[in-house]
Amino acid sequence: MTGILIGTGVLAAVALVFSLLLTLVNKAFAVPSDPTRDQVRDALPGANCGGCGYAGCDALADALAAGKAPVNACPVGGAAVAKKVASILGKDAGAEETRKIATVVCQGTVDRCKTKFTYYGIEDCLAATLINDGNRACKYACLGLGTCVRACKFDAIHIDEYSQIARVDEDKCTGCGACVTACPKQVLDLQPVTLPVRLLCRAAEEGYLVSDNCKIGCVGCELCMKACKFDAIVMENHLPIINKEKCVGCMMCAEVCPTGAMWGDFDNRHIALIDRDLCIGCGICKKTCQFEAISGERKSVHEINEACTGCGQCVPKCPKKAITLPVRLHVRDANAKVGTSEVVAAIPETETTK
Amino acid sequence: MSSLLLIIVGGVLVNNFVMSQFLGICAFLGVSKKTETALGMGMAVTFVMAIASLFTYFIQRYLLIPLKLEYMQTIAFILIIAVLVQSVEIVLKKTSRSLYQALGIYLPLITTNCAVLGVAINNTTAIEGGYNLIQSVVNGTAGALGFTLALVAFAAIRERLALGNMPKWMDGFPGALIGAGLMSIAFQGFSGLIH
Repeated sequence: MTGILIGTGVLAAVALVFSLLLTLVNKAFAVPSDPTRDQVRDALPGANCGGCGYAGCDALADALAAGKAPVNACPVGGAAVAKKVASILGKDAGAEETRKIATVVCQGTVDRCKTKFTYYGIEDCLAATLINDGNRACKYACLGLGTCVRACKFDAIHIDEYSQIARVDEDKCTGCGACVTACPKQVLDLQPVTLPVRLLCRAAEEGYLVSDNCKIGCVGCELCMKACKFDAIVMENHLPIINKEKCVGCMMCAEVCPTGAMWGDFDNRHIALIDRDLCIGCGICKKTCQFEAISGERKSVHEINEACTGCGQCVPKCPKKAITLPVRLHVRDANAKVGTSEVVAAIPETETTK
Repeated sequence: MSSLLLIIVGGVLVNNFVMSQFLGICAFLGVSKKTETALGMGMAVTFVMAIASLFTYFIQRYLLIPLKLEYMQTIAFILIIAVLVQSVEIVLKKTSRSLYQALGIYLPLITTNCAVLGVAINNTTAIEGGYNLIQSVVNGTAGALGFTLALVAFAAIRERLALGNMPKWMDGFPGALIGAGLMSIAFQGFSGLIH
């Protein structure tokens, strides 16, 4: 019995001495740290996963406090942590519009893009690139061997089993860019998640070469450039370049594209709606509209017809603020006639502000 | 001198911590995906094992043996190693920022690693009456170097495996574990080196 007591006593004494020692060492060697940095550190999740690219949360907190990392650098914490960090650092958290995701700039699935030969080598895009620039007929095509899948820490990118090209899970993608650097074909690109139109082809070649290889590649026909009424598209190296500042999201370029290389987010296409009770028939919107989508006599209520592309140019011009710009699909879902005040009332507040 | 040489050869090859004593498997599987991090971890383990051997020797020799408390060895050693690693981390942070950044993330990971505890206990049980001070430190360092060797070699294998065309059921951990088993068998080849 006394043996146990002695053992316990000695160990407790040793523990006490050590804890005192540790406290003293901590005091003596305390490193003065920035209180803002400590607050930032507390706001971070603390899992030390390294998903941000820094060696753990402490390193990220240092970078954040020094202003070297963006407030939304932590992919795990997401918007909630970004908001906290921003309030500590006195910065703007940045809206959802600025969230970027990896985009696969190729739609050359196996049924659309020809294959040069059957590849039996190492299951890796970089290795496959070394053999005659990969087995796809188009040298800009996604090889679909999953180098990006292995680079992704968030399980956000997968190779589609049937089409054999990479697909990004928009909800899981944090925009860390690991796949962009891993891809030997530069098929991946970081783009804002809310872009209305995207050119999903990188084939900077003459049109006949592209159409030989792939059914959905950009052939450089310039129809999109001609269709754009806002001068937002210029041609460069046989490919259209979209000026994001000038683009209003009318999606006419995607609508006219003969191959489908220009992708439009048609699920989120907008439409203008005029509130009958507010419209005074001034006709300013009718003059502004580039698509002849607004009709109506002067001093009578104006109507929007099916030609509306949802470019939204009329909305700020209306002196009575009678025009709203909801997402088109929601209007169709409601089975309501376009351009009536009932529709406007039927659409929830959040939808109209989209 | 020859006994020290034997301890070194024994620690690095024959009684390799991971490959023949199966200690420190958690760190062995956890940080062996890249040779770079494996080397960093190995350095940190070497550092901690050397100083742990040093300090546990004093505790064993001047506290536990005189008080006949050898049976409390495990708890006492865990306590010492934890405090030691923690204070080393604090001191490093103040005195050598670059070393702290190089080892920083690995130090807390190995605070209670069984390989570190294992070396401390081995030092006291390897021969009758335990190793003396120099032998203890040499054994700790050699054991950790063996751990680093196994870790870096295994990481190199896994880097190759990751690119290989593995069947789905073998991809990832199953393949890695089989690789580890084969490596262990290879290390058994050293077992006749010393007696």
